[in-house]
Amino acid sequence: MSDVSPARAVRPPHLRPALIGLVLLGGSLGTAAREGLVLAVPSLGSFPLVIFLINVGGAFALGGLLGSIVDRGSRANRALSIRLFAGTGFLGGFTTYSALATGTDLLLRNGDVAAGILYAGGSLVLGLAAAAAGLAIAGSSRGREDAA
Amino acid sequence: MTPVLFLAVALAGGVGAAARFMLDGVMQSRATSYPLGTLVINISGSFLLGLATGLALSAALPPEAVTIVGSGFLGGYTTFSTASVESVRLIAARRYGAAFVGSVGMLVLSVAASAGGLVLGTLA
Repeated sequence: MSDVSPARAVRPPHLRPALIGLVLLGGSLGTAAREGLVLAVPSLGSFPLVIFLINVGGAFALGGLLGSIVDRGSRANRALSIRLFAGTGFLGGFTTYSALATGTDLLLRNGDVAAGILYAGGSLVLGLAAAAAGLAIAGSSRGREDAA
Repeated sequence: MTPVLFLAVALAGGVGAAARFMLDGVMQSRATSYPLGTLVINISGSFLLGLATGLALSAALPPEAVTIVGSGFLGGYTTFSTASVESVRLIAARRYGAAFVGSVGMLVLSVAASAGGLVLGTLA
């Protein structure tokens, strides 16, 4: 047995306390931003418009973030920290899937079938489109940087 | 909402995000190339929010506790943005079946899990 454990040297990100702390901090700020918006913006009848917009906007932002991060070479450690704080933490905590699922069930349960389908289907389709747009915009601007 | 409750919700969201990060990391390290972690996290979190909502409806839990657990912990634990980006990347990789499971499948299973949790919670 050596004094320096090899397992410690290659400990993966999800077991490193400093990185878990970054995700916790980002997730707290993202949750605060989501809750602040939910409290500030009045709901549109029974339709959970705020969560809908938060999720689509967050999907666009995460696409843009992950598409623009260069996680190679000397910038790898900094890129990992940014990705975990802003992506896994802030945007992961800002957006939410459980509120989408329970909100859809409540709309269907109350007989608002059209609103339930619009909420679930609209979130799904616009979320995919927003994430794709974010990735594409970040990719094309990175391409220009690389060419310059 | 009181400032203390707001801070509790935010902190619970951070703890939920950290739990997601660690659970996803554990699952990625042993699972296949499919992003199974987000699927398991979002379905389990949706079940728990349905359960918490049911418990609130049957007044088995105080509303503040439901807000901290539901809007806070489970809001931070589950994530929509990662699910969307993962599905787009699966589509880009022409893994259409996996993308369908990660988008439509995840949504249908999460709504069903939440509905089951809510029914279970209202029985309490």
